[in-house]
Amino acid sequence: MRLGVGWAVEWLQLSARKMSEHRVELIELDRAIGDSDHGENMDRGFQAVLEKIAEAAPDTPGAALKLAAMALMSKVGGAAGPLYGTAYLRAATALGTLEDVDAAALAAALEAARDGIVARGKAEPGDKTMVDAWTPAVEAANEAVILGADAVAVLAAAAEAAEVGAVTTDPLVARKGRASYLGERSAGHRDPGAVSTALLLRAAATAAGFPDGEQA
Amino acid sequence: MTVALVVVSHSARIAEGAVELAGQMAPDVRLFAAGGTEDGRIGTSFELVLAAFESALDSAAGAGVVVLTDLGSAVMTAEAAVEFCSAPQDVLLADAPLVEGLVAAAVAAQGGAGAAAVKSAAEAVRFNGGGFSSDRGSSDGGSTGVGGAGTSDGGEPGGVPAAPAESGEFVLVNEAGIHARPAARIAGGLAGLDAEVTVNGVDGTSVMELMALAVGQGGTLTVEARGKDAAKAVAYVRGLVEDGFGEK
Repeated sequence: MRLGVGWAVEWLQLSARKMSEHRVELIELDRAIGDSDHGENMDRGFQAVLEKIAEAAPDTPGAALKLAAMALMSKVGGAAGPLYGTAYLRAATALGTLEDVDAAALAAALEAARDGIVARGKAEPGDKTMVDAWTPAVEAANEAVILGADAVAVLAAAAEAAEVGAVTTDPLVARKGRASYLGERSAGHRDPGAVSTALLLRAAATAAGFPDGEQA
Repeated sequence: MTVALVVVSHSARIAEGAVELAGQMAPDVRLFAAGGTEDGRIGTSFELVLAAFESALDSAAGAGVVVLTDLGSAVMTAEAAVEFCSAPQDVLLADAPLVEGLVAAAVAAQGGAGAAAVKSAAEAVRFNGGGFSSDRGSSDGGSTGVGGAGTSDGGEPGGVPAAPAESGEFVLVNEAGIHARPAARIAGGLAGLDAEVTVNGVDGTSVMELMALAVGQGGTLTVEARGKDAAKAVAYVRGLVEDGFGEK
């Protein structure tokens, strides 16, 4: 199974809905260890993504992700804007002008996105950041490709790994970003960036047709 | 063309104010402010930053762009904008205190320094206790030979001071002595020369250090220069001093 621009647009639309639905949750998470703006910023950013894709009508998945990158970069603000903007841009670049994305291309795009976040934010796994969701997601996606999974299964594997990754940030002490100012006191809270990453990757799988437990 | 400068700040007023200040000391340098969000809030706007980069690239016409930033996510926004802009290799981010670094960069650009040298002029300004000092370090001074490049602490290699190739002592005749504008003129001119120059022992290309000398009317500037343009450097300072920095 291959995924085309229809999937990409649906992913972004579903992402916007998820950011809106989880806005308060992300705000609460960020209030504990950050500056409580993550939910607000992501919601605003993805509303801007909706406007962009509505007015520009992208014709490839890469083009859709590039539009999203520009909107997120501009409208999310804080550190999450340039981080997610870079992620979506690098993914868009990796996909190029492909009209249909297969499992391998998808895994490569996820890896490019993760690498962009690492390059921009300089965080490593274990620093209690969104990298702790992205890195297991990329590993799971690559493993799924090796095992012969199709694009939908690759996304499902990535989403599940990101969700687990987000949970594993609970006991970590933050070493990057504003949460690191709290030192040991950041332990015991889930990283909001890792949670938003898990939500976005879950939306990617759902948009590809993988059953979403949360929606049932 | 001279190197163009961009200020990326969380606050529009900080960016504009820094540009205004540096513009006083470097009238020919194009400075661009990219502060705050598009709707005037505190934050950084990727689109404003990208637009400022493109304007700066246009006006620099190949001479390069150097960017000064404030807090953390401004750096990230600037880095992302470099990646997106039309000529990523021509945009250099300086890791320097915003205001002091911008002034040092503007003065170096005014003096004709290339982009790498302008960047290192900004980065030479370091926080040092309560004040600032210039540590030229062994950073890439670029081909224009910003003064002091090549030693790690502003002193001499091995701790043995070499005799200056050229030197001179000049008594200040202008009423105000060394203040911001004369310091900028000295530093700006010297930055464009291929020589290591000290003035009363401090880096002759550092506006901040020259200002901190606080030499008044009747005081003496001792200029010591080494390198290809050493004689030119000493003559340049003599000319400025004798002319009273145009203030007589």
